[in-house]
Amino acid sequence: MSEGYVSRVSGPVVIAGNMLGSRMYDVVLVGDEQLPGEIIRLDGDEAVIQVYEDTVGLKINEPVVSTDLPLSVELGPGLLSSIYDGVQRPLPALADKTGSFISRGVSIPGLDHAKKWDFVPQCKPGDKVGAGDCIGTVKEFHLEHRILVPPGIAGTIREIAGGSFTVDEPVCTLDDATTLTLMQRWPVRKSRPYRTKLDPALPLLTGQRIFDALFPVTKGGTAMIPGGFGTGKTVSEQTLAKWSDTQIVVYIGCGERGNEMTDVLSEFPELVDPRTEKPLIHRTILIANTSNMPVAAREASIYTGITIAEYFRDMGYDVALMADSTSRWGEALREVSGRLEEMPGEEGYPAYLASRLAAFYERAGRVVCLGSDECMGSITIVGAVSPPGGDFSEPITQNTLRIAGAFWALDTSLANRRHFPAINWIKSYSLYLDSVEGWYGEHVADDWRELRERAMFLLQKEVELQEIVQLVGPDALPESEKIILEVTRMLREDFLQQSAYDPVDSFCPLDKQYWMLSVILYYYDALAAGLNRGVSSRQLLDLPVRTDIARMKELSDVAAIKAIIDDIDRSIYTVGVEQ
Amino acid sequence: MPKSLVSREYRTVHYVSGPLIFVGRPEGVSYGEIARIRLPNGEVRTGQVLDISRDLGVVQVYEGTSGIDDLDTAVRFTGEPPRVPVAYDMLGRIFNGTGLPRDGGPGIIPEDEVDINGMPINPYARDKPSDFIQTGISSIDALNTLVRGQKLPIFSGSGLPAGQLAAQIARQTKVIGEGEKFAVVFAAMGITYKEASYFIQDFQRTGALERVVFFLNLADDPAIERLATPRCALSAAEYLAYTHGLHVLVILSDMTNYCEALREISTAREEVPGRRGYPGYMYTDLASLYERAGRIKGKKGSITQIPILTMPDDDITHPVPDLTGYITEGQIVLSRDLFRRGVQPPIDVLPCLSRLMNMGIGPGKTREDHRNVADQLYASYAYGRDLRKLVAIVGEEALTELDKKYLEFADAFEQRFVTQGGEDRSIERTLEIGWELFSMLPEHELKRVRREYISKYHPHHREE
Repeated sequence: MSEGYVSRVSGPVVIAGNMLGSRMYDVVLVGDEQLPGEIIRLDGDEAVIQVYEDTVGLKINEPVVSTDLPLSVELGPGLLSSIYDGVQRPLPALADKTGSFISRGVSIPGLDHAKKWDFVPQCKPGDKVGAGDCIGTVKEFHLEHRILVPPGIAGTIREIAGGSFTVDEPVCTLDDATTLTLMQRWPVRKSRPYRTKLDPALPLLTGQRIFDALFPVTKGGTAMIPGGFGTGKTVSEQTLAKWSDTQIVVYIGCGERGNEMTDVLSEFPELVDPRTEKPLIHRTILIANTSNMPVAAREASIYTGITIAEYFRDMGYDVALMADSTSRWGEALREVSGRLEEMPGEEGYPAYLASRLAAFYERAGRVVCLGSDECMGSITIVGAVSPPGGDFSEPITQNTLRIAGAFWALDTSLANRRHFPAINWIKSYSLYLDSVEGWYGEHVADDWRELRERAMFLLQKEVELQEIVQLVGPDALPESEKIILEVTRMLREDFLQQSAYDPVDSFCPLDKQYWMLSVILYYYDALAAGLNRGVSSRQLLDLPVRTDIARMKELSDVAAIKAIIDDIDRSIYTVGVEQ
Repeated sequence: MPKSLVSREYRTVHYVSGPLIFVGRPEGVSYGEIARIRLPNGEVRTGQVLDISRDLGVVQVYEGTSGIDDLDTAVRFTGEPPRVPVAYDMLGRIFNGTGLPRDGGPGIIPEDEVDINGMPINPYARDKPSDFIQTGISSIDALNTLVRGQKLPIFSGSGLPAGQLAAQIARQTKVIGEGEKFAVVFAAMGITYKEASYFIQDFQRTGALERVVFFLNLADDPAIERLATPRCALSAAEYLAYTHGLHVLVILSDMTNYCEALREISTAREEVPGRRGYPGYMYTDLASLYERAGRIKGKKGSITQIPILTMPDDDITHPVPDLTGYITEGQIVLSRDLFRRGVQPPIDVLPCLSRLMNMGIGPGKTREDHRNVADQLYASYAYGRDLRKLVAIVGEEALTELDKKYLEFADAFEQRFVTQGGEDRSIERTLEIGWELFSMLPEHELKRVRREYISKYHPHHREE
């Protein structure tokens, strides 16, 4: 173990001398208070360290000790419903120890080492096991927490016992005397291994109409939500964390507001997962490194989150990872890079920003796990991006665009109009449409893709028509185009707008989405047919069926929505031509 | 940190640049500590260590570096982080930007001395802000509700009456059904004497002066001192809130001046500049101020922040409002256009937002129809505003009858709902005006309002 001394302090960056022999990305303890930090550059016998805590009070010549271990997280039972800071210190335990404010130099393990868990073995002595094989399970809330053989370990089981264990106690011994515990460690900057990566084919269902119906993301896909402040990034991320159909959700509050985390913490235990009927918090892991917490830990929080997500993926679960916001992570990189006096790239960001971003997003995916049962798991990453001034040409947005498969562009003017979710349907796209078409055809309806394309066509057409209206006024449009404007307004207000706070509307099941869209497009066809018969658009639009369509969102019964089609038939097709 | 009884003086000032001095071979100096700089003429100034290495310590001098030489100037390091004395008796007093009395009165008898940088609140220890604050201003109460523990900035332009608005809020603010103790902490950063005295006189007039603590760094005070001013103010606020259980409203004016001081330091340190020359860590720096708002579980008091900032050239994408908007829980935006048209307060509600609104409204807090009314007012006003642009091109005749109603609605909204001058409106009165405005539109256009609320609150139904 090498011991050096502090030779320079500049904000979160500390340079230590006499550090010959230390490794990159090893964790070191800096100063008399033993502040944890990570080596990010080696130069002769000097090591440059980013420190995860406030460095005020640090003196020259204070000791620096390397732990000779990379930054790791503890993985095992007890992760679910936890709330951690960026380097996996449990915030509730931290609050117990140091009070309402976070003080420095406190080290608390990520998992509770005193708690006992009931381990049920699935193997017996004599079984051959390899990396990723499940040796038994622990019940954590409703979830079956599978205890896996860590990567790099294989052998024949000599001893295995069921019963009550802490995460440190051995539950299984292999013939080469290797002992397995309920817990394993993994360095956060290294992705956990898997057998093969698969093409994404299953949609991640979110209960949000704009995502599911127009711009779907797959399980194992990546999506980005860029938007200026107040456009609803956080609300979108939280909505996805609430309603995504995955078994596990990892929510990273990276450099965001403290009160938002409080909101999640108070809301999630009360909300119920519509699929399992269990409190949402039981499937959620929160990582909260708010904007006033140390900047280097903010950089690490993203990796802490994704490593925990990979751990659950390896058990064969679908995991959704919400990162709010990746811009703050990029800014943390920039801040540390600036202190290192590195040559800046675009807008002061380091030149390696793009490769770091890509490496992070590539840790998403649907994979065949290591174990011999070849189960499949996935990680879907949804990253929020906060472009300065809402300008999408900035480096983080642009570099993320090159990687993300679904692009959900938030729009300030929609937000100002209180159109939520404020996702611009013209700018957004999803590259997964072809991948999920098969699944939708099988599970929803054959004509899902067709409906979607028609809706998109009309919305695109609206943009063109609006330009004409801006020039010559709405009266100049022919009747057939007036009804397009009416129907697209309906699509916008009655379909795309969705309240995150309304008890019925906040989660919209897929069949309801399909029928809502069907009804609106059916209404359009009926209007067009009416015009052909010579009925005026004014007459058609005055029919009361329009109000029923506007109230579709409030209905939780799909049959009532289907019934509107009959109403349309009855009213529009029977209306007489005005003389 | 143990305090050394012997402290050495360094006469090794090597290099002076802008507000920074570089001191050679500073042994035993810690990062972030306070230094006392004694000038050749005997004057003592205060500085803070920004960077230390074996050979050099970089000290920023709050009062500026004029008169500092590289021969006789002596620097003594105190071994202490910057601290401010705090006491309950601070109420009613006026301090300078670093916490020394500037009202001619004696120094306070400190009950405690606290680090002005504070410590981050553990997110787990935060309590959910949920108490509705009635500011008596319709466009805030109904549409962008302020909640206790929130940070809601006012984005202003030069010449717009942000100060008046903040003073009106401070004057009228009350929490419905509670007569709890409150205090106002006002931090002035680089504003003029006139602006500061407006606040002092306003509080004097309403008799609230003994509930207010002022920290004044005026336009002609040292610019670097501005970096300490909001921190001192927030430390005092935290002390009053969490030790004495007061509900504290903190007004910070003007954050743009603060950011400029930050830029000055950053340039002097020759750091890689971010957008418009502001340092790359400005987000983090601002967050360390704004995030000090909130409530803590098990503590009675709370801190609500209203920072005021001036958008240079009314540009909301400028780094100062932009980064602020990303940290705060919403924003109140003033509009020059409305100001010219005599709307007072000139709040442009469309770009305004209160992220915590939903926590503070609804049955038991304000009224059941509040959310719906707010949504509908927004939707209808936004549509009316869009139509104005259209009218400018095609003329009003080209509009449908319905659109004409929306146009009237938008005008009435600005004149009757937003405009209120010095009036203190209750939330009931505010919502009532909202419903009066709705009666200008056909009932089936009120899509955002639940049917049951329409039949309960719509003027047409109530008259029957």
